[in-house]
Amino acid sequence: MYGVIPVAIALVAWEAVARLDLVPGGMFFPPFSMVIEEIYDLAMTGVLAENFMPSLLRVVIGLASGSVVGLLIGTAMGWNRQVGRTLGPIISLLYPIPALGWLPLMMIWIGINELLPITIIFICTFFPICYTTATGIKSVDLRFVQAARSLGASDLRILITVIFPMALPDIFTGLRLEAGMAWRVIIAAEMVAIPTGIGALLMKAESLVRVDIILACLLILSVMCFCFERMFLFLESSLIDRWR
Amino acid sequence: MLVGPNGAGKTTLLNVVAGLVCYKGSVLFDGAPVDSLPARKRNVGYVFQDLVLFPHMNVTTNVAYGIQALDWPQDRIERRVTELLEVLRIPRLASRYPTKLSGGEKQRVALARALAAHPKILLLDEPFNNLDRQTTRLLRTELKLLQRDLGTTMIIVTHDLTEVEGIADRIAIMLEGRIEQVGRPDEVLLSPGGTKTAECIGFPNVLACQKTRDLGHGLATVACDGIDIVVPHNRSPIRKIIVWPRDVLVSLYPPPSQVNAFEGLLSEIIRQPGSVQMVVEVGGCRLMAELPQQLFESMSIAEGDKVYLELNLMKIRTYEEYGISSSQN
Repeated sequence: MYGVIPVAIALVAWEAVARLDLVPGGMFFPPFSMVIEEIYDLAMTGVLAENFMPSLLRVVIGLASGSVVGLLIGTAMGWNRQVGRTLGPIISLLYPIPALGWLPLMMIWIGINELLPITIIFICTFFPICYTTATGIKSVDLRFVQAARSLGASDLRILITVIFPMALPDIFTGLRLEAGMAWRVIIAAEMVAIPTGIGALLMKAESLVRVDIILACLLILSVMCFCFERMFLFLESSLIDRWR
Repeated sequence: MLVGPNGAGKTTLLNVVAGLVCYKGSVLFDGAPVDSLPARKRNVGYVFQDLVLFPHMNVTTNVAYGIQALDWPQDRIERRVTELLEVLRIPRLASRYPTKLSGGEKQRVALARALAAHPKILLLDEPFNNLDRQTTRLLRTELKLLQRDLGTTMIIVTHDLTEVEGIADRIAIMLEGRIEQVGRPDEVLLSPGGTKTAECIGFPNVLACQKTRDLGHGLATVACDGIDIVVPHNRSPIRKIIVWPRDVLVSLYPPPSQVNAFEGLLSEIIRQPGSVQMVVEVGGCRLMAELPQQLFESMSIAEGDKVYLELNLMKIRTYEEYGISSSQN
């Protein structure tokens, strides 16, 4: 509840400042209520769905595929020293490249189609998830592995029933961070190169000087980042809190 | 029982027996080498020093882990887990997670988990570490009963011999990676093989008894080198008695009870890290007492001072003519 109060105060302040024309160039600072009205209009006319759904699908597909592949390769790197030593340097070299830095290259290799934004989200998600998974796996105390071995468990069983569950706190940290990051990246990719999506709608609104639509898109982006992060927080809480 | 100071290699030896570390040489179970068997096939139960309960599994799942790995049928797993929880008196903890267990409860769960698959050998690494005295006593009794009922070979590692007296058939003293002495408890305690071994087991006061006089009610008076001591007594004449230095009470004033109370002369003070050992001449014998350093400093005594010793009847271990007699502890 305490988190809601500052947000409510900020929204009330925004409304008041805009309504009272306290900012020069009033048309560039519409009140909060006008932004909400615009979201409603966009929803009713179908423009919102037309642009929001593609962005949502791209994020979900890119995030899911990047996470799964990152989890698999990160697990292999964390569990097997040889795999870690082989892939580690390559991952370390590629990880620092920002996801959007891949955009020009992918535009040439893939072209401008649905695969382009999904690939960018995939790249944005894969490296951090791979890294946090490998770290999580390696950080599991060896004594738990020894205990499981002494009880008769095979290596595969140990990986699935002991190591992976105990690495979940680290893995979920990566997933929570990337959930929000995926939305930020997709907006930027759509602003630059993709003709559909929330980012593209943002650019169209900018060219028409429709600040209300721009703010509406930013509000939607903020809510989606928040919702996705909360979703992973909820998952983490239900899987881990009872034993942490 | 494997006794030795920290760093002697006791845990490493257990890990070798369990097959958890690489080693040179050979490990034999009933004369058959098991070196080619990986840890998971050696059928060894292991209670680790830190217990190492899986934090993400509740008690039931922890206990069942090994027998699930061995692909037991589900109903058999459930019966075995229920049986173990009942035997170790923790059925109410079945759905709890390790973070919600006390130290003694965790020990029992770790023991149940190690016993689930009917291991041929049970390894226990410092099983009474970090437990209060009462819990240690209870768990020690349970271990004795388990040992009797299961007939499982147990190797218990400890740095404190007094923790597991009465449980061990044989004691091995380990120092700096080597086994220095192996034998029955009375052999090791009464005849330690060297100063380092004696240091390891704690320089117990060993008194030879010349005469035993039965007092009835499970008590006797023994004459040991000029002093008469009341001790617990079964039937046979008592050959020797052992009192650990820390069980010898020291005071500057005569104790209220006359039983097992003696006046003596402090002849030597030996300072150890955290404690002080005092050699006291009483009658014809020398008794060693041990006090925590702070307590000793507060008493302000020096060599040559008169002191009073009191021996706690319940802490005296007696050794009779025909084998070992345990104390009442």
